[in-house]
Amino acid sequence: MKDKIEGKVWKFGDDIDTDIIIPGRYLVLTDENELAKHAMEGVDPEFHRKAQDGDIILAGKNFGCGSSREHAPIALKAVGISAVVAESFARIFYRNAINVGLPLLESEKILSQFNQGDKIELYTDKGILENERTGEEYEIKKLPEFMLEILDKGGLILYLKEKLKEEM
Amino acid sequence: MSMTMAEKIMAKASGKKETKAGEIVIANIDVAMTHDLTGPLSVKSFNKIEVDKVWDPEKIVILFDHQVPADSLDAAQNHIMMREFVEKQDITNFYDVKEGVCHQVLPEKGHIVPGEVVVGTDSHTCTHGALGAFSTGIGSTDMAMVFATGKLWFKIPETIKFDIQGNLKDYVYAKDVILHIIGKIGADGATYKACEFAGETTKKMSVSERMVLCNMAIEMGGKTGLVEPDEKTVNYLKDRTNREYGILKTDLDAESLDTMQIYVDDLEPQIACPHNVDNVKSISEVEGTNIDQVFLGSCTNGRLEDLRTAAKIVKGNQISDKVRMLVIPASREIYLQAMDEGLLRTFAESGALVCNPCCGPCLGGHIGLIGPGEVSLSTSNRNFQGRQGSPDAEVYLSSAAVAAASALKGVITHPRI
Repeated sequence: MKDKIEGKVWKFGDDIDTDIIIPGRYLVLTDENELAKHAMEGVDPEFHRKAQDGDIILAGKNFGCGSSREHAPIALKAVGISAVVAESFARIFYRNAINVGLPLLESEKILSQFNQGDKIELYTDKGILENERTGEEYEIKKLPEFMLEILDKGGLILYLKEKLKEEM
Repeated sequence: MSMTMAEKIMAKASGKKETKAGEIVIANIDVAMTHDLTGPLSVKSFNKIEVDKVWDPEKIVILFDHQVPADSLDAAQNHIMMREFVEKQDITNFYDVKEGVCHQVLPEKGHIVPGEVVVGTDSHTCTHGALGAFSTGIGSTDMAMVFATGKLWFKIPETIKFDIQGNLKDYVYAKDVILHIIGKIGADGATYKACEFAGETTKKMSVSERMVLCNMAIEMGGKTGLVEPDEKTVNYLKDRTNREYGILKTDLDAESLDTMQIYVDDLEPQIACPHNVDNVKSISEVEGTNIDQVFLGSCTNGRLEDLRTAAKIVKGNQISDKVRMLVIPASREIYLQAMDEGLLRTFAESGALVCNPCCGPCLGGHIGLIGPGEVSLSTSNRNFQGRQGSPDAEVYLSSAAVAAASALKGVITHPRI
């Protein structure tokens, strides 16, 4: 994972569930570019047109609750989202996002500190994030070492392939 | 050291004498399940690892339940891809379109026994904790890792024990109990916790009712549901499997155990209102709400007991002209039994559609989608915005009895009618 990620903020509330991130009728799709066209369609059918490469999703508590569908983090990554920052994450989504190489960061009470469209800077190595508009800094919870390693490799598959090679 | 049931199962699976909540372990997987909807991504990920063969074809269960029969070319293509994978990998536990919903079929066919670790690419895999297995939903990439290695990392969860006490009133069921608990602690109230259901009320429940409790553990963020195995568990398993198993129980003084008392003597039928499962109200607060569709089925409430309860209410009556009712038995076994008991005839005579065993409208991706402005009353487990079709539609969740009574009246109705 890059030490610094920056991007424009898309704000969402609490309990953003997987049916909002990618509705069930699209789970039949497996191509990431097709999935990207329906990212966040549950609340904003135009999201895929508005989102730009590098944008960051900022949300409240329990982001990604619901289904185990990996289509959800795949769709977000494919639509250009570079990271999701939330007050907390549901656990299956959390694993899935790390596994497909989408960085997730937790920061307490962060949602109210940003306006839609603010620029956010994430310093993953230092464990802080900054609101460019206000200049305020906030703490990010550090990811466990092995999760960072998975993100560094670009996801679990590439990480595992390397591990299997080492064993041989 | 004193341990919870979850800690004991995980210790066994990771070859350790003891484990403690918070610790990260690599566990051996006993059963790995995938289906037609999340299976294709799992296979795609597995192929990227470039390992020829899965770790153990006998420990993998593949079934089709979400889009059966195929409702689109994309679905048909996914089915073909999965059938080819099954053949290439010599997977013997394969259930094509005919058997029903994974979380009903796995226990019915004897794939679940106490004390084992079960993973499935479906969040409601937590259902199988009703038989005392540590059972949890995972994503497709995690499944690819399991296919390749038979192992997966876990953080050992803490346990919340719900000590459920009291006698349920008439027309109040396991579904009402679990909705009540979720309403109380919230959609993230048990995030990454093992949810162990205990107490006199749970002990009195059948295995099917315990499955209802465990099925919805994920709706409060739970890692797995769990019920301590007892005589009922043993009897359920007796006719279904010859596999050996051991029974593990939570030590009352386990450090990571938190107990919550739940009293159900006065509980009324509970309804989860749009658009969150924790938006739970007593039926008296929402009686009279107009509905357009009723769905009786799913891995939560598509079992024989649910069909019996609902059939008793609709028998001899006609479903309201304003309502479409879909009845979907959760498995072929249930379908056949319901047929023998005349339940399917009762539903059809009352004007309900009886469909083949499948997930149905629950996921809003197959049959019975609801349109803009429509309202569904459903016995399934999720009412998220857009869950059953249009994002401008609404979904309410209830027991089978409330669903049946409401279908007759065309509005949300107490089953004592």
